[in-house]
Amino acid sequence: MRDVAVIGIGMTKWGELWKKSLRDIYVETALLALEDAGIDRIDSMYIGSMSSGLFVGQEHIASLLADYLGQLPVPATRVETACASGGLALRLGFMEVASGMSDVVLASGVEKMTDVGGDEATYALGTAADQEYEGYQGITFPGLYALIARAHMQKYGTTREQLAKVAVKNHHNGLKNPLAQYQFEITVEAVLNSVKVADPLNILDCSPITDGAAAAIICPADMARKMGKPLIKVIGTGHATDTIQISQRKDMTWLEATYQAAKQAYAMADKKPEDIDLIEVHDCFTIAEICVTEALGIVEKGKGGEAVEAGLTAMEGKIPVNTSGGLKSKGHPVGATGIAQVVEVTKQLRGEAGERQVKDARVGMTQNMGGSGGSSVVHILERE
Amino acid sequence: MSTPSRYWREIPQRYRLEANKCNRCKLIFFPPRLLCPECKNRDLEKTKLAEKGEVITYTIIRVPPAQFSDQAPYAVGIIELKDGVNLTGQIVDCAFDDIKIGMKVKLEFRKLFEQGHAGILCYGYKFVPD
Ligand SMILES: [Zn+2]
Repeated sequence: MRDVAVIGIGMTKWGELWKKSLRDIYVETALLALEDAGIDRIDSMYIGSMSSGLFVGQEHIASLLADYLGQLPVPATRVETACASGGLALRLGFMEVASGMSDVVLASGVEKMTDVGGDEATYALGTAADQEYEGYQGITFPGLYALIARAHMQKYGTTREQLAKVAVKNHHNGLKNPLAQYQFEITVEAVLNSVKVADPLNILDCSPITDGAAAAIICPADMARKMGKPLIKVIGTGHATDTIQISQRKDMTWLEATYQAAKQAYAMADKKPEDIDLIEVHDCFTIAEICVTEALGIVEKGKGGEAVEAGLTAMEGKIPVNTSGGLKSKGHPVGATGIAQVVEVTKQLRGEAGERQVKDARVGMTQNMGGSGGSSVVHILERE
Repeated sequence: MSTPSRYWREIPQRYRLEANKCNRCKLIFFPPRLLCPECKNRDLEKTKLAEKGEVITYTIIRVPPAQFSDQAPYAVGIIELKDGVNLTGQIVDCAFDDIKIGMKVKLEFRKLFEQGHAGILCYGYKFVPD
């Protein structure tokens, strides 16, 4: 396998982008990545999109976006594994470059979520759960994570305040990210007093509905070296699955797919949790970040709540988690999220993260998750 | 809207609580599958779910999906049945404050929701205090 490097990244301001269509958002973002890489042609492209069919009534978007990006007739592939679609787009792009099949690949993700109303968006997101045995019973997405949260609180003594502190931390980080959807601070009290969605989770425990895209250009490391780019290598990738119905898991407080994906990525990169300088994780709900930090092995099983309370995962902590603001503050256009994590880690490793720069960041990790944990994609990046 | 066949083919498990028992590892699982999720064996027999169990986690849904909007707020839990099967369902006929992890419940056949104004009535199981 060839070594693979990220040579270009692109992301625009996320939010409720009423004036922009899916294709506009995507092309604008992909062009930034091409400009950043200093190239205008690619050999192949991957697009993570969870549900363009339900959100904008358009399938077959890979060809559409290749066309609007001016890249016809390159092979373009849309990939879907719910909210982990973006991470999977990078993994498939990585395989294509590492194998020698292609040299320059665009790994990207996009979701345009505000062209439909709240009920339809709730429905679209709900399709990531088991429609026949979870959705049919009236459960919602926040509801599934609420079930996990309650079980985690019962089993490990995780507190309501600890959940809130995840949101407070991520909003604090997002304040320094000009591309974040919600650039404001929140307090623990605000989270605890916000509207109840699915007990014990409130609205400020939930990531928002967002329009946005993110893009990364990857190529062989040797080619990147010749181009004189700062060498940010993808040194590990992992991808695993679990039951999409949480009731079918042996321990619903444990994210086995994330654990398995991380295990693969650590082994490939020859790294251990203590070698990682920063992590972008899939905090679609506050409880998710707590469970993910446990599954990635950066804290002990059951200690995710205590860790956030002790500041371990804060910007100044031992291992900063979600310096970008995470899904909570930056926004969560589902298909784009996994690539936005790679954009943030690449910025950090290049030393271009501005006010939220982690000092001497050399090794970064991304963890992107589908549904309530039924799929997970993990990458490890390193500055050479 | 889906055709009625999507609903109709789930009736054995939703109405009659049909589950599978693996003839090799003896695991009982629900919903039915073509192979045992534990040992991958295909020699399975039909069995009926145990109708009693206890709550292992729960939530109160305050922001419901559209077809449940007239019911919110309502409780949904994951219940571990006496045969070891876990399943997700609403917990009804009790105050939210009375729902606790470990609470004993039993399955009952109920209407779950209506598929739109002229759509079919969708039935299945819910949990009530035992
Ligand atoms: Zn078996």
